[in-house]
Amino acid sequence: MSDVRPRIRLPRSANAGDVVEVKTLISHNMETGLRRDGSGDAIPRQIIHRFTCEYAGKMVLDVEMEPAISANPYMEFDVQVDESADFVFTWYDDDGSVYSETQSFEVS
Amino acid sequence: MKTMTKLWATVAICGAVFSSTAFADPHPDAELIIEGELHIATRAEPPEHLGGVLPEIYSGWLFRTDETRELQMDDFDNPGMLFAERGEDRWYTADGSAEQSCADCHGDVDSMAGVRAVMPKVNENGELWSMQNYINNCRTERMGAEAWGWNSDPMKDTTALISLQSRGMPVAVKIDEEAAEYWEKGREMYYTRFGQLELSCANCHEDNWGRMIRADHLSQGMSNGFPTYRLKNAAVIPLHQRFRGCIRDTRGESFAEGSQEFRELELYVASRGLGLPIEGIAVRQ
Repeated sequence: MSDVRPRIRLPRSANAGDVVEVKTLISHNMETGLRRDGSGDAIPRQIIHRFTCEYAGKMVLDVEMEPAISANPYMEFDVQVDESADFVFTWYDDDGSVYSETQSFEVS
Repeated sequence: MKTMTKLWATVAICGAVFSSTAFADPHPDAELIIEGELHIATRAEPPEHLGGVLPEIYSGWLFRTDETRELQMDDFDNPGMLFAERGEDRWYTADGSAEQSCADCHGDVDSMAGVRAVMPKVNENGELWSMQNYINNCRTERMGAEAWGWNSDPMKDTTALISLQSRGMPVAVKIDEEAAEYWEKGREMYYTRFGQLELSCANCHEDNWGRMIRADHLSQGMSNGFPTYRLKNAAVIPLHQRFRGCIRDTRGESFAEGSQEFRELELYVASRGLGLPIEGIAVRQ
């Protein structure tokens, strides 16, 4: 699938122990498998079925996604940051592709 | 005693006037501020040609729910931005037999600032063209590429990208001289009733803006937000597609996107919003 691109938005800074708002977006058609094309054949399902977020090596969010999730899935969630560490975001596609983004985060 | 009666009368009249023009939904003071920095006006003095039929002109943004309005205030949350980003990739990608990209002639995309604000515009041959026509003309005549469909993904991406460059700039379509005959036709169409329900644009957007039509909060039908991301379609929608939908809603046979009729209507509708800022890629219901 072309054009699958993850995007992340994190606050610029935070203090140790703060709760920060994390926003993630991935451009993806999220084909449900229920649509039909011009000839009447079903367009095969292809969705991101799992999204995880790890911080400082620990899993903080693990989401299982179903075909009801709309295109370009957007996830917004809070994470408590106790130390400076890396955020690792991973998206798992039905076709076996795995998209991953790592972003370091500094706490003062 | 006399002054008390006068005072009550004034209060009563004020109350009546306020209730008949008040919005059903948005707080009258809602402000559109993007990314906490960019202020976009959503109210303006009506243009003279309206002859006072609208007391003030309002962006469609003001008529949407709190959640919908918030989506437009953050470029990350705004789902339409994904289309503009794809459009930007395309801007720098060569296409067609001439092996040129948009950037090869036009430079960086910010050179398009001001273009959206004056569309649709009469070209050098005296034809009224929308942005889509200019784009396709470049593609077929100069790039050796195929024309894009009016509603196609690449056309939506590119028009969204180009509109974004005019964000905050007031609508400034030309309606006189060479554009006057098209503007008159557009105005006639705006007030023509269509379909089994015999509704004209004005019936909803001039006579009944602010009221509910079933579950929809009627706006003044301004086009400064187009192409807009519509939550209903989960996609960016060009103005002609909305025109088509509106006429279909009257249970009438609609014109085609890109038709002469819709381009004339586009000019007239844009002129009703003269002075409202282009909203880049708006978010609507």
